[in-house]
Amino acid sequence: MKELLMGNEAIAVGALAAGVQVVSGYPGTPSTEVLETIAKRNPGGVHVEWSVNEKAGAEVAVGAAFAGARAMVTMKQMGLNVASDPVMCVNYLGVKGGMVIYVADDPGPISSQTEQDTRHFGKYARIPVFDCDSPEQAFRAVQDAFEFSEEHGTPVILRATTRVCHSCASIDVPEIKAPDRAAEFEKDSRWVIFPGLSYKNKLKLAAREKEFADIFSDYKENTIEGTGKIGIACGGISHAYVMDAIRGHEEEFTVFKAATPFPFPTKLAARFMRDTEKVIVFEELDPYIEDELIYNFRTADDAVILGKRTGTVPAAGELSAVKAAEIIEKVTGIKTAAESRTDGDAPDMPVRPPVLCAGCPHRGAFYAVKQAVKGRKAIFCGDIGCYTLGNAAPLNMVDTCLCMGAGITMAQGLSHADKSTLNFAFVGDSTFFASGITGVVNAVYNQAEMILIVLDNSTTAMTGHQPHPGMGITMMGGRSEPVDIAGVLEGTGVRSVRTVDPLDYSASVDAVRAAADEQGVRAIIFKSPCIAIVKTTDKVRVDGNSCIGCMNCIDQLGCPAIITKNGKAVIDRGLCTGCGLCAQICPVKCMIKEEADK
Amino acid sequence: MKNCLLCGVGGQGTVLASRIIASASMDKGLFARTAETIGMAQRGGCVVSHVRVGSEVPSPMIPEGQADVILGFEPGEAARNLPFLKQGGTVIVCSNEVRPVTASLGKSGYRGEAAVAYLKKNVDKCFIIDGKKICAECGSPKVLNVVLTGALAASGAMDLTVEDMEKALAARMKPQLIEMNRKALKLGAECIQEK
Repeated sequence: MKELLMGNEAIAVGALAAGVQVVSGYPGTPSTEVLETIAKRNPGGVHVEWSVNEKAGAEVAVGAAFAGARAMVTMKQMGLNVASDPVMCVNYLGVKGGMVIYVADDPGPISSQTEQDTRHFGKYARIPVFDCDSPEQAFRAVQDAFEFSEEHGTPVILRATTRVCHSCASIDVPEIKAPDRAAEFEKDSRWVIFPGLSYKNKLKLAAREKEFADIFSDYKENTIEGTGKIGIACGGISHAYVMDAIRGHEEEFTVFKAATPFPFPTKLAARFMRDTEKVIVFEELDPYIEDELIYNFRTADDAVILGKRTGTVPAAGELSAVKAAEIIEKVTGIKTAAESRTDGDAPDMPVRPPVLCAGCPHRGAFYAVKQAVKGRKAIFCGDIGCYTLGNAAPLNMVDTCLCMGAGITMAQGLSHADKSTLNFAFVGDSTFFASGITGVVNAVYNQAEMILIVLDNSTTAMTGHQPHPGMGITMMGGRSEPVDIAGVLEGTGVRSVRTVDPLDYSASVDAVRAAADEQGVRAIIFKSPCIAIVKTTDKVRVDGNSCIGCMNCIDQLGCPAIITKNGKAVIDRGLCTGCGLCAQICPVKCMIKEEADK
Repeated sequence: MKNCLLCGVGGQGTVLASRIIASASMDKGLFARTAETIGMAQRGGCVVSHVRVGSEVPSPMIPEGQADVILGFEPGEAARNLPFLKQGGTVIVCSNEVRPVTASLGKSGYRGEAAVAYLKKNVDKCFIIDGKKICAECGSPKVLNVVLTGALAASGAMDLTVEDMEKALAARMKPQLIEMNRKALKLGAECIQEK
């Protein structure tokens, strides 16, 4: 049956069609929907879990693949850094069941800290990489990746980028049956990594790369289209942009697409290089294909290879059909783009940086900390999640942000370097479990001076509300005993642990003041559920007669539900969730919380 | 090939609308692609969905200057995305502005009326819809996406009829919501008069 499937859904359905038995991962845009779809369409018999982080997820998948099961682990590119310890090692041992490491890269970047390129990571780890250029091709690629992995006993990386992950296409979906093969671990010294074994296996890894490259030169997804004299090399979504850009002028071009960036299909590429006079390389993130072409084919006096290295293609950011057309025109003189519009001067456009939602409990936590330490020298280390948005005006409560869990450990470094500051680290509940706990142990044992703020909204909000170990629900649909954050903190030796409702303004300020005056590692858990998962009909209303138009509510909180009309505050009732924070800070008490249905 | 660009603010329901338009096209045996904004950008930020229909569509993203129609959920967002419209294309836009926090904080001079005027001036086939009013008639602010989908059908810009949309909608909605959405679709369609 034909269904409109998102690239990530297509990968999930493809993995199920390939008989995947164990799927693990950690949420991260743009990778998240693969695991969610597998859980939703689980035909029975597939173990699906959100692991505590990507390293744990990768190791779960390795264990399953060692036993002969087909296994997949999913993550975004930043997560591959977390998982790199097992990923760098597993290739030295190989696998028995097919193992696919799905990694979603994020050109732009749109929702990530870096523009790192997983094709390079595959080459670095010497793990074959299958690339995806459309949802329908991704559906085939994941199945090919499982076949290849199992046939050659190697883990395989399946890589896609945001515009493939989050675009949809009509795809013929096969009937999915529950996996029926039994897995059994056989004891063997091949599963125990030791220096001597690594030496021997590295020789094999190096030798097989040429064999893989030859296989890939005949792989159906690596293609050469057209017979024109101008060569275009591309991979992933760039292929779609190029085909859009050259529409109507196809006869002038030959297009080479690398669907397996590593090992690079050199023989096929040689044919492409031989038949073209000049090559433009279109790819996002790093100049990966470009470097392969330069390394393999450029001698001192021949081929012209134009791309990021020559400044022909931008070094960062996304490509598009129009960008490709402009570059093609500049290089070849062939005009392929549609005439652009000539509209007059545009009026002021709305500026819309992402902000904390109306009613978000994080706003209360940030504001309470800000007010409690007013006048004192304090540093606010942020972390990865919705609460990174605490950096926006008017809160301005994120002084540093680096990577998952780093706020906790960076606050310690700051405390050792400068003894005069109060050092706060903000971490979300999911991030706390993913990579915060080791940082807390480090702080306690190495005697840092810091205040840990756990923003516990009982979900993994930013990526779309995935369960985590603090919640008591699993992706298998069952219940599990939730892991208690306060209990974990007390167990590691954190001196004081307070739990407070961030929407209770005065209690929150009191808790922060008390913690600030203590020594050592202390923690406050701000506990209130994400407004996207609780349905409330509570609203705040403004008594227009008593509002003095001081704008304190807007200037202090920056809540999207508070707007101005004729110099007075007005509540957008469509957005307001009745959290009541504004009512608590209004100097003339003109904002009134109305509790519905009571 | 037909291209429809939907644009608005995170939370307005552009993704569901794009799915309905693509599904309605697929129900007629056509190949469809869409592209969505998901993730951090959704939190009150600008969102854009692309819907492309036809067998010869290689990329999920509509190139600038090639959208047959822009379905604007918010006037400023429609104005921002005007470069995507092809010459002679159609704009259907909800006239009610969504004020960003930056404007409330006095950091930008955005006015919805100015965006509407700009669209009217530069686009011949421009349909302005009071979405707020129609949503109130339907009983929920959440049906704006369906109101606009109805208007899109009536405009004929995607070769889809109101009946096509209704079928696609009914297959993807909880039964208790169908009646309200049918009304939204119909009232949206009634906003379009021939130009």
